[in-house]
Order: sequence, then structure tokens, then C-alpha cells
Amino acid sequence: MSEPILSVRDLSIIYEARRGQVQAVRNISFEVERGEAVALIGESGSGKTTVGLGLMRLLPATASIVGGSIVYRRYSNGSNSARRETEVLDLKGDNLRQFRWRECAMVFQSALNALNPVLRISEHFADTAKAHGYLSGYRQTKALRERSSQLLSMVRLDPERVWHSFPHELSGGMRQRVLIALSLLLEPQLLILDEPTTALDILTQRNIMDVLKELRAKLGFSMLFISHDLALAAELADRVATVYAGKIIEMGDVRTIFQRPYHPYTIGLIKAVPTLTSDKSSLVSVPGSPPDLIQLPTGCKFHPRCPLADERSQREEPELTEVEPGHHVACWHWPHAREALKSYRANS
Amino acid sequence: MPEQLITLEHVTRTFMVKGQTIKAVNDINLTIPAGDVLCLVGESGCGKTTTGKMIAGLLPTSSGRILYRGKDIATLSGRERKDYRLGVQMVHQDPYASLNPTQTIYDMLAAPLQHHRFTRGEAETRRRVRDLLEIVDLTPPDDFLEKYPHQLSGGQRQRVSVARALTVQPKFIVADEAVSMVDVSIRISLLNMFTRLKQEMGVGVLLITHDLALAKYFAWEGRIGVMYLGRLMEIGPAREVVEHAQHPYTQVLLSAIPEADPEATRTKKHIELRSTDMPSLLHLPSGCTFHPRCPVFAGEVCERIVPPLEKANWGSDVACHLVHAHES
Repeated sequence: MSEPILSVRDLSIIYEARRGQVQAVRNISFEVERGEAVALIGESGSGKTTVGLGLMRLLPATASIVGGSIVYRRYSNGSNSARRETEVLDLKGDNLRQFRWRECAMVFQSALNALNPVLRISEHFADTAKAHGYLSGYRQTKALRERSSQLLSMVRLDPERVWHSFPHELSGGMRQRVLIALSLLLEPQLLILDEPTTALDILTQRNIMDVLKELRAKLGFSMLFISHDLALAAELADRVATVYAGKIIEMGDVRTIFQRPYHPYTIGLIKAVPTLTSDKSSLVSVPGSPPDLIQLPTGCKFHPRCPLADERSQREEPELTEVEPGHHVACWHWPHAREALKSYRANS
Repeated sequence: MPEQLITLEHVTRTFMVKGQTIKAVNDINLTIPAGDVLCLVGESGCGKTTTGKMIAGLLPTSSGRILYRGKDIATLSGRERKDYRLGVQMVHQDPYASLNPTQTIYDMLAAPLQHHRFTRGEAETRRRVRDLLEIVDLTPPDDFLEKYPHQLSGGQRQRVSVARALTVQPKFIVADEAVSMVDVSIRISLLNMFTRLKQEMGVGVLLITHDLALAKYFAWEGRIGVMYLGRLMEIGPAREVVEHAQHPYTQVLLSAIPEADPEATRTKKHIELRSTDMPSLLHLPSGCTFHPRCPVFAGEVCERIVPPLEKANWGSDVACHLVHAHES
């Protein structure tokens, strides 16, 4: 077994705000294996997008990474030992630019804003290639056109039609697929997708999900999804991490997380999302609202909303611990959480 | 027979786009009894929001009539017109944009109460505002009275929007994607609040959403209507529409939705469309508007004749030639 392509250790990120420090990411650790798809799920304000931006070193000026490390490993095709190991937090200038897009590309949340409205799709591809020194030389134009057409077909777009279009001439779903094709131009090993299907229609979402599955099978890159959409994670991820108040509070195999979650928040979140087959009585919302990241509660950050919270939860914050092989939980009450929540609901 | 609160008769709405006329809503017929719950679902551009706005009186119809308690809303005047304007309220999608950032919650709720003379004097207004905040679960109300919208979370703001709609004691609320911008963990509690309004105060709700699972949950005892390119394709009891969908479009939508269950979602059969591209409203397909994409397309009849919305199985009305051909 080779080492993970991405190892995040104790990453902490804060934002400076007028009211104080926003603790957006607190001591987050996780890994992404070669070819693996990991989903970070959580609600708005949980810090999941900040993690993605931190990995790409694209944080705004008000943010700073106050601790931790992000180790990235590059593999050659077919080889089982890393060719190169990089500390992402130490990258500067050209090296950082090469890391972005060539090694690790990000598909941003809003497909409309991520494309330049005055550039044709062809120019987006050309600019990206040029900025990253890809396919340079006299044959560039033709090779680039070929490679781009190939990628556009892979995302089920008609290259002839899209190539000379401006972004506004394409629908939301088409733009999202252009962005996915563009992100793969430099053959990155890792693709970070921030809410890739949010704000798209059902049939468009289905299309994007199918495209991502096909691409991954063909090209073998790793994916990191950042989403509040549990169903997306259930369908596309191999492993799922639940993020709450800037911290991973549960992580494990996708089936484990959905079928045998231990953390009361994960349990609550799954119970709060209506599905086509769920019965009305089985749905319960999580009481309260997410915490203020400037004035975090003491102890376990979920305790003000947790029916199982006790004196210890208010006092001490539980660390993420491996409670069974591959399943990590940060909760004092995990062994009996599911049972206890069941009887709690029956009584309320 | 309960009173028909709202009736749509052949309602059509057109817009001018680039010098061309598009039909955003095309010949919709619908009745909503008092206190009823209806969810309109469909993809963007299907006309669900336009329909909601016309019912709330925020957009006039291009042709056809909308009746409120049996009377055409376009010809109402005086007392009756005021009854309608107060009786049907709208809650908008974006709780960040729909509240005035310079007003406190109290000011926002007190203004309509005083203007329409639902309360007299400061003390009574304050009492009523407190009651309203309690109805929408913003408790204790005194913590919220002097707050500004920016001090509240998205879910709390949406509750304020609902409280504001309730100030004028409406009979019916049009909620346009009212929970889609709110965190998933609290969506259910917002929907439950709407359900309580119906049960305790008899307020009917039209919820406009793109989420069929959410629609099924919310309209549990009510109805779901599925729209596509300006037309109603299928409408029926909520659970029947989801569990026994009859229109091919509804079936395609249901099959495309991912489920929050790894096993179920990975083994789910997806119905393939004949074409993934949504036709433009500028060039609506002839006959059944779904025919260029329909997986069970049956040729000429679908291309030429608009299928009428007619009674089918499971208590639903369906607009599809094939569904009706199988029955007869």
C-alpha cells in the first residue's frame, strides 16, 4: 500500500474579524489516498470551504494558517513509491503556481463567477495552459485544442459548439462541466470540488455526478468533495468526514458513516434530511443553530445542541479517536449515542 | 366540499425576451381549497415561481383568470381587493435580501400591524409582536425585538419573514424556495412550523421547491404538482406522486435524485433521457413539450397534440398521451 497523496495534520486556520478571531478550522487532520474520493460534509459556516481554500493556498488576506502541515505526494503512473514529497505550506512563487492546477485543481462553488465573462471557452483553456507552462512551443495550439476537445467530450459537451462560446451562452450545468474539464487540463492528481452540484437542477446534478464517476474511472485522480449535500457524498465518496465548528467530529467509510454513525451530530444530520423513501415520522431536525465561530462554546462544540451532553461535554472537548478500524469519532458518548438518541426521540 | 380559496383558470403568463414572446406559464388550471398544502416542483425555468407570484398578486396574468374566493383578482376593488392583498402573503427565497437591514425586528413586524389597524397603541402592538415571534419559534421573543437582521442566522431570518407575513392574518402563504437557503439541520423545523400554521390557524401554503423529497415530506397530506416548461405535467396526492409517479417526466426526475444512503443510491436505476438538453422557452417543442426528451416517446401523437391534464390512477391528474392510452 502506498502512502496517501495528501496528508493534512493539525491544520488550523483563523480569520481576523472586527469582533475577534474566527476559528474557522481547528486542528483538522485527514488523508486522501491515491484514487480515493473523500467528502467533507457540514453546514454553512462549519469551515469546510476554508479547508479547501487552505489546501490550495488560496485563502483571503484576512485569513492565516496558524498551525499544522499539508504534505502532498506526487506519484508517477504505475509506480508505488512517491516521486516527490512537498510541504504545501512552504511553497512559494513559481513552485506554488505549479502546485495549483498541475498537482491539485479546484472547481469552485459558483460556476457563473468562476469563468471570465469576456473570454471565450477556448481562451480559458489557452490562458490556463500558458500560465502554467503547459504544452508550450510551436505545436501548442493544435495539441491544446486536441487535449481540450478530448476533455470536453469526456464531460459530455460538444467541443465544436462550446469551444468558441462565451460563458453566458452556456447553461449552468454546461458551465460547471466546462470548469471540470478545465480543472483536468494539466492532469492533476487531486481535484477539490466545492459544492459541485449545489444550485443546479436535478437532471443537471445527475449528469454532473455521472460525469465525475466516469472521469474518475478513466483518469484515476483523487477527489475531495466539500458539500452540505449528504446524498452527493453517499453516491460519490469512498470516505466521509463530518465537519462541525471547524473540526472533524466523525470520519469513516461511506457505508459506516451512513449506516452506523456514532456522533450525535452525524446521526442528527442524516435524520434531518428527507429522502424519497423516508417516512414523515422518521425525520427530526437538529435543535438550535450552528455556533458562533468567534465565541465558541466550551468543551464539545456541539454540546448546546446535543441531547446527550453532560457536565463533561461542557467542560472538555473530545478529540477525534479511532474507535474501530477506520472509524474515528470525537464524542464522549459515542458507544451508546444511537440507542440513547432513539429513546430520547421516543420520549419527546 | 371545502371552500375553494384559490382557483386558476387557463392561466398563462408571457414575457418579452429579446423581442420574442416566451410563455413562462402555459394554460394552468388549478384549485386550492382553504387550508390546503400544495407543493409545486420542477426545474428552473418551469414556471413555478411565476405561478406563485401570480397567485400572490405580484405579477398580472397575460391571459386566464385567478379567482380568490370565487372572484377574479384582477377586477377586485375596495374592501374585497384589500381582503385578497392581505389574505395572500409571500415569503421569499432569500432571507438575506428580503428583510430591511436598517429596521429592527420589532419595527418590521409593528409597521404592518399598525398600518392595517390590527393593533391599537404601543402596548397592544408589542404584545402582538411577541405572540408572532413565539408562533415562529423565536423564543424568548424579548431577545429578538430590538435585533437587526444581520444579527440573526439565515433560519432565524426566515422565521422573521414568516412572522411578518402572519402580521396581516393571511389565509394563504406562497413560500418560494423558503427553506432552500437554510442549513439542512434546521430545514425540517422550518417546515414543521408551516405545518403548525396550517393546523392551528388554518393557513394554506403553496411551497415552491425543486426538491421532491422535501415536497413529499411537507405535503404529506396535501398535493404535489410537477411543472415542466410552463405546464403542469402531473398533480396528485403527495405520496402517490412520489411512490406511484405516472408521468414519464416525474419518473425521470425521481430516478435521477441521489439518496442519502450509499447502498440505495449506487444501485438505483436511472432512466435515460433521449436528450439531456432542456429546450429553450424561445423554441418550445410542439405537442407535448417533453417529447424531445421523453424516454417513452410514442411518435406523432406526442409531437402534434398537447396532452390534456386528465384524471389517471392513484387520484392524480396526468398530462400524457401514453398514460391515458394504457388506461382506456
